[in-house]
Amino acid sequence: MAAIDISHDEQAFLEYVQGGGQVETTDWLPEDYRVKLVKFIEMHGNSELMGVLPEREWILRAPTLQRKLALTAKVQDEVGHAQLIYRVVEDLGKPRERCLADLVSGKAKFHNVFHYPTRTWGDVGVIAWLVDAAAIISQKALLKCSYAPYARIMKKICWEESFHILHGRDVILAMVTGTPGQFELVQEALNRWWGPLMQFHGNPIAAEDDPMYLWRIKSQGNEEARQQFLDGYVPQILELGLTVPDPKLRKRDDGVWGYTEPDWAELKSVVTGHGPRTAERLALRARFIAQEQWVRDAVLSDGRRLDGARQGAEVPALPAPERG
Amino acid sequence: MIWEIFRRDRKGQPFEHAGSLEAPDADFAEAWAREQYGRRGESVALWLVPRDTVHVVGDWADEFDLKYRRVDGYSIKARLKEARERHRLDGAA
Repeated sequence: MAAIDISHDEQAFLEYVQGGGQVETTDWLPEDYRVKLVKFIEMHGNSELMGVLPEREWILRAPTLQRKLALTAKVQDEVGHAQLIYRVVEDLGKPRERCLADLVSGKAKFHNVFHYPTRTWGDVGVIAWLVDAAAIISQKALLKCSYAPYARIMKKICWEESFHILHGRDVILAMVTGTPGQFELVQEALNRWWGPLMQFHGNPIAAEDDPMYLWRIKSQGNEEARQQFLDGYVPQILELGLTVPDPKLRKRDDGVWGYTEPDWAELKSVVTGHGPRTAERLALRARFIAQEQWVRDAVLSDGRRLDGARQGAEVPALPAPERG
Repeated sequence: MIWEIFRRDRKGQPFEHAGSLEAPDADFAEAWAREQYGRRGESVALWLVPRDTVHVVGDWADEFDLKYRRVDGYSIKARLKEARERHRLDGAA
């Protein structure tokens, strides 16, 4: 069958993606679509990269060796996701170095949940379980993204995220079956994280009014994602004897969850760089980007130095150790 | 240098495009690809292909409308109906 000709016709392109069509890097893309794609995918990459910091703080303090290893593996996964995602952004025209520069300068955004402190091991459990659960709902919807290279890497990302959720759930289960003090750590963490979790999927803008949905970058609306999160996870929270800190939360007769209006002002303030840990984490990220510049210089140069070294040419000799 | 990565899920399955990575040579590309696509044993083999070496074919002109070679080139509904109808009438006569 002959392909639908979507070249240089924005309306035909729009109809094509709205009909479930997917496009590749080499296809003609309307400028607005490309700009929106870069913004969306870059924010996802930033979130993966910044998302490791709240957990990184606990690698050294993890309660057991097994937890330490699992947390380290998770951090590796998420840095790997950032690498894959920035690669997709690069093919859309924005180099990784510029993404990183915009991230640390505060020009580009990252998800609200990564602007908050990780006070106790309970927070680590709630992040690994519920923050990742909220994230995987968005990411699973991206498997149908109209931009195929992004949808493809999402397969691997979702696959790895399912390990993260299980790991998080295991951390939580260990604590709720532990001492009353450990149970309390989980409840306190849940109380702290519920607000940011309810803000996570964004304001309930109608899908039709959401430009990311219009171009089928996202395949579901914000409220749809939040409802899916509540449907899937509120029962799992309650069955452990935990309390959701929202007296208005309940599933109505029509199957839709009612809840206290999330604090949208807080969400806006946090994602525009005014979260409780924004400055500190961006400073840390900036420090590491500068500190590791030499690695990128060495590895991503034109390769001459590396090839030269392997062929035994012009390798600067190490100074002989001094003998005392 | 950009490398396109293809992975094979398990024996007997075709290689499938998985993503791309940037590396200066094949050794680095391999180290990266092993980490990204194989560290949990999720692939039995990888193909690492320099993007520049891929010869792409993506345009399929059909100026001569060669539909007669495809199933969508044949609409038999009306003729079939006519043939059945004729047979029914012949039988009745």
